[in-house]
Amino acid sequence: MREINAQDITAQVKRLCMEANSYLPEDIKEKITASEQAEPWALAKNILGIIRENYMIAEDSYVPVCQDTGVACVFIEMGQDVHVVGNLEEAIHEGVRQGYTEGCLRKSVVKDPLDRVNTTDNTPAMIYYDIVPGDGFKLTVAPKGFGSENMSQIKMLKPSDGLEGVKAFILKAVEDAGPNPCPPIVVGVGIGGTFDKAALLAKKALMRNTNVRNADPFYAQLEEEMLEKINALGIGPQGVGGKTTALAVNIEKMATHIAGLPVAVNINCHVTRHKTVEL
Amino acid sequence: MEKRITTPLTLEQVKDLKCGDSVLISGVIYTARDAAHKRLCDLVAQGKELPFDPKDAIIYYVGPAPAKGNQVIGSAGPTTSYRMDAYSPTMIALGQRGMIGKGKRSPEVVAAMKEHGAVYFGAIGGAGALLSRCIKKAEVIAYEDLGAEALRRLEVEDLPAFVIIDSEGKNLYETGRKEYLESLR
Ligand code: SF4
Repeated sequence: MREINAQDITAQVKRLCMEANSYLPEDIKEKITASEQAEPWALAKNILGIIRENYMIAEDSYVPVCQDTGVACVFIEMGQDVHVVGNLEEAIHEGVRQGYTEGCLRKSVVKDPLDRVNTTDNTPAMIYYDIVPGDGFKLTVAPKGFGSENMSQIKMLKPSDGLEGVKAFILKAVEDAGPNPCPPIVVGVGIGGTFDKAALLAKKALMRNTNVRNADPFYAQLEEEMLEKINALGIGPQGVGGKTTALAVNIEKMATHIAGLPVAVNINCHVTRHKTVEL
Repeated sequence: MEKRITTPLTLEQVKDLKCGDSVLISGVIYTARDAAHKRLCDLVAQGKELPFDPKDAIIYYVGPAPAKGNQVIGSAGPTTSYRMDAYSPTMIALGQRGMIGKGKRSPEVVAAMKEHGAVYFGAIGGAGALLSRCIKKAEVIAYEDLGAEALRRLEVEDLPAFVIIDSEGKNLYETGRKEYLESLR
């Protein structure tokens, strides 16, 4: 049994909250730059240039890429042979508290969804646990903005809706979102599971490097086809028209019930942030 | 076309702004998100005075990040505008001329813009680090308890934006996309 101190987890969560908000992942930066070069529509190209300049400023001056520094989504992949000394959950919240306070990040969390009083330290984090074999401990912090989160959709399709139904629903979600989620967007899709598992798959899809396609060739092909279809809609960066509506489509799937075909579409903006560390 | 505008934003200036124009905004503007708008509209309903004069004013829909080091203000890009749709017609009727945000607006907002003469600018969502550099001064003038959502008075210099919906109701989200798709034919 391997031991990990809760204080070490706090320190890492704090660091990841601050870094993830200022440094975009390399693949996202590459995609923004490549689409700027490939964009044929003048205004759209101009906007992509400003978006590129913005992430460079954020990086150089170590300030948040976007003022919506999100709700902190924290993914824990914990080996079953690991023992955490101390309170794991509290350690994560404390890391978020310290990262958002000391890092001058915006506090965007309210304690109660209807009463709506700000918690003033961006806690609680949204925590997702996976217990896996071995004694590893992988920690990912993904600050999620709500301009794009609010444009996400889930639907329980019928098995007879099939592949065409899935495609139509993904396109509908992007079409309904239009300019609202700060396009160019990254589209995370979860297919199968239960109502909640589909949504979780969609969120996890957004954590995947956008240069890596689904390991299943059928779904890898579907990712490419959907990216092409989305970019044929013409919504464009910020919705002003153009080729670059999405930077990538990542799909995750799993087994489901004989009677169902759940599909979730989790939309993320060009400020797709996540940072991982292994302890 | 690129145009420079300086606040206060008069009706004459608004009439000159067309859907698709690139603008650089300078002068004093105010910030408010939905929580602050709700309080402003409550004051209007009670017949009380607002913390600033809405006449010919521009309101920027933004909840900035806290200033870091010697920054004037933290990252400060636009938030999604539809959350202000319930309140904007009231503010426009009081003389507000400009709104800066991102995303779609309701038919009610567009109708108020046409009736009274107002314009909706889009700033680049997600470009908060860059946009914050155009803000030269920032002070909270009301609703400090709302934190990032407080009502602020900003002095801005050459803040880049686009005319999304002009005072005739012409909408770049519709025309831009259509023109782009037609260019492919
Ligand atoms: S949707 Fe993304 S880019 Fe737009 S404001 Fe929210 S976090 Fe920022």
